[in-house]
Amino acid sequence: MNHSIRLTINGEERRIDLDDPRVTLLDLLRERLDLTGTKKGCDRGQCGACTVLLDGRRVNSCLALAVSLDGSSVTTIEGLATNGELHPVQAAFIAHDGFQCGYCTPGQIMSAVGLIAEAQAGGDPERVREGMSGNLCRCGAYAGITEAVIEAGARMAEASGRQEKAA
Amino acid sequence: MNRFEYVRPGTLAEAVAAAAAPGAAFLAGGTNLLDLMKGGIARPDRLVDLTHLPGLDAVERLPDGSTRIGALVRNADLAHDPDFAARYPAIAEALLSGASGQLRNAATAAGNVLQRTRCRYFYDTASACNKREPGSGCDALGGENRAHAVLGWSEHCIATHPSDFCVPLAALGAVVELEGPAGRREVPLAEFHHLPGSTPERETARGPGEMIVALRLPPEAARFAAHSRYLKVRERISYAFAVVSAAAALTLADDGRIGEARLALGGVALKPWRSTEAEAALAGQAPDRAAFERAAEIALADARPSGDNAYKIPLARRIVVRALQLAAAGTPERLPALPASPFAPAPGGVLHV
Ligand SMILES: Cc1cc2nc3c(=O)[nH]c(=O)nc-3n(C[C@H](O)[C@H](O)[C@H](O)COP(=O)(O)OP(=O)(O)OC[C@H]3O[C@@H](n4cnc5c(N)ncnc54)[C@H](O)[C@@H]3O)c2cc1C
Ligand code: SF4
Ligand code: FES
Ligand code: FES
Repeated sequence: MNHSIRLTINGEERRIDLDDPRVTLLDLLRERLDLTGTKKGCDRGQCGACTVLLDGRRVNSCLALAVSLDGSSVTTIEGLATNGELHPVQAAFIAHDGFQCGYCTPGQIMSAVGLIAEAQAGGDPERVREGMSGNLCRCGAYAGITEAVIEAGARMAEASGRQEKAA
Repeated sequence: MNRFEYVRPGTLAEAVAAAAAPGAAFLAGGTNLLDLMKGGIARPDRLVDLTHLPGLDAVERLPDGSTRIGALVRNADLAHDPDFAARYPAIAEALLSGASGQLRNAATAAGNVLQRTRCRYFYDTASACNKREPGSGCDALGGENRAHAVLGWSEHCIATHPSDFCVPLAALGAVVELEGPAGRREVPLAEFHHLPGSTPERETARGPGEMIVALRLPPEAARFAAHSRYLKVRERISYAFAVVSAAAALTLADDGRIGEARLALGGVALKPWRSTEAEAALAGQAPDRAAFERAAEIALADARPSGDNAYKIPLARRIVVRALQLAAAGTPERLPALPASPFAPAPGGVLHV
């Protein structure tokens, strides 16, 4: 049976016809929409490489059935930069060497964006490490990742403070 | 993954009707069910998607002081609900010690309660497993069984229930609200999960087609807010299931003695293991180490190893003592950076040598 769903992907509304309800959000993005920035590590919820934002919240796209997400909005790593300018989390990962091979990086960055939005960890490295524990890095770039998340969080708080003042 | 029919009901009645068909399964966050389907362990013919049903995602305070958690409330939303976390801090701590930020955003309250065991042989379809295939045997017996049960197990199954959330729920007397073809009914959470006996495939009190609509905490569960903790030993600091865990909750009287105590263990049995005997032994006692050690002895009195896991028994005793000490010291203002971690600094310095 065919299932037609609507998804807003990186700001663009799309109608998607699924010929099989077994397609995960991860496979939909990578195999059918050519958004291969989102990575498949374990495909079982154990590594975080597939992290995307679903209605603004970070989730593992490998454990989400696309057909069930009808009406949702999805942000992937491809949707973070605006007008060619890197998102503050992307910039901070570069500044702090938050990666080596880069395979886990899109998931790390999406998870960090989600974590900062959750506003539970602040600048406490222990809380940031705990909050990022759903993202494994085989290269062990954790030290740089933690620094990058803390710095990006601080910059984003500053920027939104400035915006509030201006408003 | 096998082929299945996807159904998206718009009402509770439609959901229950759709699930009455043999081979139907409810889909909530999917974080356990999809994992099991990918491995060929669960092979439902029909998925009944609950996530578009209205009215099941609220945390409500009822007039009598009880709290009702809708089946679809996400684990992260429940843990971060300020009012809920203030009333039931051990539940918030248990939730935040489980899985990862991503998984907690997807996982639902009912899905967490109904998650299946993490026994490796259950997950490996090439192994014999009475739970997966009744009568086939149990390869965990005599196999790699360091993580398996020390309480309530049988020769037919020695698995544990992996949920952290269920441990403080059992301690606090939560009730499961079910809706099925025959209407509504309620089952105490502490009786919801079955011990294996000779039918490990019968996992819970949920009947065919029955859906969990809510979990309810009785009014008295909020009495313990000032002295409640969850403590969880893992093989790594975060993003790991419990080896052994405990939820401890106390009320302290004006003279400093324990009024009422609640105690349940995780990682030791195929259900969250509440010890009402240990709770009774704590009532009226001074909250000191001797009383906590007695309670731990009582809680583990019937424990016996099911394999290479004798270590879990003294470990569970120590975790019980420590959880009670932490509860007596008081619920922290803010949850520690590492929720439920034994590596967080302990009140009054070193607890074990
Ligand atoms: C890598 C990893 C690590 C994890 N670590 C932990 C951990 O440390 N601690 C912990 O406690 N958990 C842990 N989990 C498990 C996680 O908590 C569960 O997968 C999750 O809670 C299940 O919720 P869900 O909504 O995704 O359920 P689903 O996967 O959608 O469903 C689970 C089961 O419940 C049934 N179901 C769901 N809702 C209902 C309902 N309303 N009525 C009747 N039946 C229903 C489904 O049919 C299915 O059988 C981990 C999971 C993963 C993948
Ligand atoms: S312990 Fe239980 S779940 Fe594990 S293999 Fe044996 S019967 Fe199956
Ligand atoms: S690919 Fe999804 S968590 Fe590993
Ligand atoms: S950078 Fe290589 S896995 Fe993280």
